[in-house]
Amino acid sequence: MNNNNVIEAQDLTKMFGDFTAVNAISFEVKKGEIFGFLGANGAGKTTAMKMLIGISKPTAGKAKVAGFDVYKQAEDIKKNIGYMSQKFALYDDLTVKENITFFGGIYGLSRKRIKEKSKLLIKELGLEEVENQLVGSLPLGWKQKLSFSVSLLHDPKIVFLDEPTGGVDPITRRQFWEMIYKAASEGTTVFVTTHYMDEAEYCDRVSIMVNGKIEALDTPKNLKQQFNVANMNDVFLKLARG
Amino acid sequence: MKRFIGFIKKEFYHIFRDRRSLFILFGMPIAQIMLFGFAITNEINNVDIAVLDHSKDATTKEIINKISASKYFSINQFIDRESDIETIFKKGKVKAVLNFEEGFSKKLIKDHKATIQIITDATDPNTANTISNYVNAILQQYQKGLNNDITIAYQIVPQTRMVYNPELKSVYMFVPGVMTIILMLVSAMMTSISITREKELGTMEILLVSPIKPIQVIVGKVFPYIFLSIVNAIVIVVLSIFIFKMPVQGSLFLLGLESVLFIITSLALGILISTISATQQTAMMISLMGLMLPVILLSGFIFPISSMPLPLQIISNIIPAKWFIIIIKGIMLKGVGLQYLWKETLILVGMTIFFIGLSVKKYKIRLE
Repeated sequence: MNNNNVIEAQDLTKMFGDFTAVNAISFEVKKGEIFGFLGANGAGKTTAMKMLIGISKPTAGKAKVAGFDVYKQAEDIKKNIGYMSQKFALYDDLTVKENITFFGGIYGLSRKRIKEKSKLLIKELGLEEVENQLVGSLPLGWKQKLSFSVSLLHDPKIVFLDEPTGGVDPITRRQFWEMIYKAASEGTTVFVTTHYMDEAEYCDRVSIMVNGKIEALDTPKNLKQQFNVANMNDVFLKLARG
Repeated sequence: MKRFIGFIKKEFYHIFRDRRSLFILFGMPIAQIMLFGFAITNEINNVDIAVLDHSKDATTKEIINKISASKYFSINQFIDRESDIETIFKKGKVKAVLNFEEGFSKKLIKDHKATIQIITDATDPNTANTISNYVNAILQQYQKGLNNDITIAYQIVPQTRMVYNPELKSVYMFVPGVMTIILMLVSAMMTSISITREKELGTMEILLVSPIKPIQVIVGKVFPYIFLSIVNAIVIVVLSIFIFKMPVQGSLFLLGLESVLFIITSLALGILISTISATQQTAMMISLMGLMLPVILLSGFIFPISSMPLPLQIISNIIPAKWFIIIIKGIMLKGVGLQYLWKETLILVGMTIFFIGLSVKKYKIRLE
């Protein structure tokens, strides 16, 4: 494995019965990169991601995440990654602080570390006044940002974000991407799926999945040049329509 | 271990912040035991009866006095015509009518035989049956008093003794049943709901991606309910001892152990339900239809298993509640120990292992 690569996939395949959800995809993600994983609904993005984060076993192919094999070392992978799912997944009936403490706890952070981290995090997000309020009472944008910060709590090498900006307003989306940039600048690799094509422009490199296969993989700039279009939206449309 | 404690703490937050589950956990056991103990009973007490006395002589008066003196009956009214019988039954308050034939006393002395008709409202067959038995018993006793001086050549004297529940209190029958229902409900339904809730919210996925092990998640989810179920069992036993004077003839310790065993059986069922249902609603429906109804109908709690049709008797064997009811009745009322209950205990243990095995298998399939 190249020392610079934190994710390596080779001919990674997932079949559900006769249906091939992910068809022999190969790609690498470099350390500190923001890697956009694009595709229409049902193209196989989420399935591919689930194989990488160790909750779905591949049918065939090889993959390494943070230097660990997805077949044999899923437990080691779990310690080194953060994950934020499509659904908002903090506990609504726990306060901001309790959520942070809980997730810090299941990642095995020490009590002292959790205290420091949660203080820092609450300050950064400007949540001081609501730290003892139930998360359920916060607006969605705040929840998403909190959720992202929680997924970074244990300083993972890679953070996987599954359509993190679904359903939030443009301003929050903007702030969200600022947070992603900040995390990347601090050395965290960001693996993000999205179907907002404008967001694809923010990524260092993007891959576009169509019907289980990766049809394109490059920097947004190169892709636009290659397809001779002005924006990523058109790149996507050209690919998806074949 | 630290992870695990944090997890359990979180579970308790969930429970104590949700009024609905708090109510189910603590309100329901108390409400149910009170309802079954006080309101729902198949004993008869102060049943209203009417009297149609065609003779109005000394003997009928004596019999009527005897009947109204018993705590089972109170004479609601006297009627004069046969046609009134139908009318008062239709009104519904009066459950039985005693009809003394004309010249009752005279016939009794002259012919040594007089008739009294007992008419009961059998829309509720059990009550009707009980009323007629009780009236019969009172008449028998009266008759015995009349025959005191005479010796009958052959006499069979039945001596009935109701053991283990001499006063035939129905609360003795309800407490084991209610305890079973509540433990089943709290353990199986609440855990299956709380696990499926994590699935529905998407937090289960987050947990599976984290380093915490699936088994820790499951044990962490059920642990608070083991604790709460034990508290519930204690509340029920204490209420039944102090309010309903229910005896615990056998060992309290054994009762506790068996209850913990049944709690674990129910939890295993709850986990199994959670592996096959995707939403909280499904989990709740399966728990209610698949567990509650069989527990109430087929466990022998209300309807005796021996009088069920054979297929149902066979089905009743696979219901864990049936075995647990036998066990607690044995301990509380008969005072027996493990030497009589080992078979039932073993069946529960077997079922528990089976359910846990099955859910582990199902859970793994889901992770693939």
